[in-house]
Amino acid sequence: MTTPRPETLAKLTPVLTKRWLSPDAWRIGTYEQLDGYAALRKALKAHPDDLIQLIKDSGLRGRGGAGFPTGLKWGFIPQGDGKPHYLVVNADEGEPGTCKDLPLMTHDPHALVEGVIIASYAIRAARAYIYIRGEAVHAARRLRNAVQEAYDKGYLGRNILRTGYDLELVVHSGAGAYICGEETALLDSLEGFRGQPRLRPPFPATHGLYASPTVVNNVGTIASVPPIVLGGADWWKSMGTEKSSGPMIYSLSGRVANPGQYECSMGVTLRELLELAGGMQPGHNLRFWTPGGSSTPLLAAEHLDVPLDFEGVAAAGSILGTTATQIFSDQDCPVYATYRWLEFYHHESCGKCTPCREGNYWMVRVYRRILAGQGTHEDLDTLLDTCDNILGRSFCGLGDGATSSVTSSLQYFKQDYLDYIEGRTAPKLSEKTLVGAH
Amino acid sequence: MSVVFTDETRERAREIIARYPADRSRSALLPLLHLVQAEEGYVSPAGVAFCAEVLGLNKAQVGAVATFYTMYKRKPTGDFLVSVCTNTMCNVLGGQEVYDTLAEHLGVGHDETTADGTITLEHAECLAACDYGPVMTVNYDFFDGVDASTAVGVVDELRAGGRPMPTRGARLCTLKEMAVQLAGFADERDGAVADGGPGEPTLRGLRLAQQHGVSVPGFDPNTPIRSKAEADKAAAEAKAKAEAAKPAPAEASAAPVKGGDGASAPTGVAEPAKPADATGSTAPDVKAPDDKSPQVRTAETRQPNADTAVPDAPGTKVPADATGTAPEADDARSAEAAGVAANVPAGDGKPAGDEAGAQERNLTEAKAETDADGAGPADANETGAQK
Repeated sequence: MTTPRPETLAKLTPVLTKRWLSPDAWRIGTYEQLDGYAALRKALKAHPDDLIQLIKDSGLRGRGGAGFPTGLKWGFIPQGDGKPHYLVVNADEGEPGTCKDLPLMTHDPHALVEGVIIASYAIRAARAYIYIRGEAVHAARRLRNAVQEAYDKGYLGRNILRTGYDLELVVHSGAGAYICGEETALLDSLEGFRGQPRLRPPFPATHGLYASPTVVNNVGTIASVPPIVLGGADWWKSMGTEKSSGPMIYSLSGRVANPGQYECSMGVTLRELLELAGGMQPGHNLRFWTPGGSSTPLLAAEHLDVPLDFEGVAAAGSILGTTATQIFSDQDCPVYATYRWLEFYHHESCGKCTPCREGNYWMVRVYRRILAGQGTHEDLDTLLDTCDNILGRSFCGLGDGATSSVTSSLQYFKQDYLDYIEGRTAPKLSEKTLVGAH
Repeated sequence: MSVVFTDETRERAREIIARYPADRSRSALLPLLHLVQAEEGYVSPAGVAFCAEVLGLNKAQVGAVATFYTMYKRKPTGDFLVSVCTNTMCNVLGGQEVYDTLAEHLGVGHDETTADGTITLEHAECLAACDYGPVMTVNYDFFDGVDASTAVGVVDELRAGGRPMPTRGARLCTLKEMAVQLAGFADERDGAVADGGPGEPTLRGLRLAQQHGVSVPGFDPNTPIRSKAEADKAAAEAKAKAEAAKPAPAEASAAPVKGGDGASAPTGVAEPAKPADATGSTAPDVKAPDDKSPQVRTAETRQPNADTAVPDAPGTKVPADATGTAPEADDARSAEAAGVAANVPAGDGKPAGDEAGAQERNLTEAKAETDADGAGPADANETGAQK
């Protein structure tokens, strides 16, 4: 493997990942030796409004995909309203391709717990929840252990560090529903209902959990808070770009030589990430990739130099999402890849709204037909028409996300579709594959 | 309904409910459903009844939730739930082959259990370990980078009574034991929390940084947290400085327009914060021509912030009138009344305009309201004109 050039190596910014090499960082003693809970002590001496201002100044934007300015979100919580406030951490990581939050919670759970305490103090919440994906059992194991350790040390519970501030933190396991990563569906699920999205407005900032003001933040967002409190907003902004500040964990998967987690300054390009990851696997050439999970429109080899920040990716017609870069080569079929993603959206559609529930159901069937060699040219129009009727017309972003790979793969790889339809590509789906794939 | 849940389960149910606010016990439903699975291996009608009883819900309410989530099984399961990821990434890397091989080897399909009751097989959607793909899990702990033969090896060992060690995560327990953890209880097995170090893909970026001595410079943990007042002052100063630094020609060309910015800049005095500034956004007010892809635009509408004007969204800028001042509350009320009048009324579930006189009545009501609020005659006239 060739060593990456120094200027590419300089894009690496180990901040959120920096403790992962310490095998015991999940234990509170080790965590405390590595700057742990220093940010909390510092934050509790400051006024909550100053902390909100600090986060605003840092330019931190949500790490869950939408990139909403975090300080702004915290600032929306009405103060002095006499209602309880809640902080809910969205740890329901399930966007296909995304794998950054689970390692963080497994190897550095106290970073999240510390961030939760600081964020709750800032928004004046006395109760916080971490809604963790059910299947993420090892991360939950470590996280529950960390929460217990934090209670035992007086970082949680009554009168935290003798400041008079009280906070209860509960780790709540989900039960296997991708839709619960949508913040209002998550809140419904946390209230003990089916996880189905709510109509917005009202937004969770005023009517969230139990109809009270609630901040819902991603794991990476909350884990970013302690380093910002310690290092300051200016230091944080020394990483990333003007409007997308800070470091971001880029998750490379697929046909790369060394897939894995690469925490880089925002705005790094895929070309640079591939250089860090040792290039493509031998015999594979980059063909298509997702910049941030399967809900973000596919990009192609021509987008190697797109800066992977919120603005750069949007300008290229896609979305930064969760920076889950799934990399596919000339040996992978974009039609089949899209089909498999649609199977996923079809399975995970909550059924609340018709465009998403019915649209995905039918698109899966159209794809099966195409991949079985029985597609028609009209099918391609049907797909685009269906996407038109889902995008922006479904209740929440799940439906929108389902259309991303369909429209983008048709935009860049229409020939691949035509090859199936016109019989130049051998059918990929046989009866056997169809069975079980429901 | 012959199952009577043990006292231990009842005690645990009480503990679970106590985690949530007293009047919000329904929040305990998901963990309680995991708990009944811990005793029975699936959510049986008795389990549904148990949850309903302890939460004061009816069985239909509980059943509706239980059937929504994938992890609640509706028929008895084996001791080990083998889930093979067949979502796109793992799929193309060989996950589909692993699943197909296991299904054939075990003689079961999706969500089915082997006759000896050891293994339930399922194909799973993305398990959030794409950098280790293709992956499978046994009772949700990971076996990374599997291929057909290693997967068969794992299930054979399980069926022979062995407990193969997951690649990451803790040593295996049974599915029922795992359900106790999912209900929110600690893993009581000695040392289980310590099991499983990070795999190589997780550490790759970090190792690279360490090998080459890359770190983020300028980190000082003692950087003071500025008070909000200081921050506001600094922001105002920075703004004034930026205004003063504007090149002169721009000033001249902007002169005919009576804007607040132009007036304050030459004196270098920071003007009072405008409503737009209250959102804390530093984004420019002028948006670039909209050449965004539909996906991007839709995504922004879903998550409106200060940059995207969506009615009623928090932080959306109040539209300023020509003089640059925020509209008065009264203006907003009369505007709303006018808006009501302009809308075609939809009354009593009938198509708009169906009921004779409905429109008339609504308009009169709107007018009465407007008058009561003391809105100007202009609004009243407007309403009248529409009659």
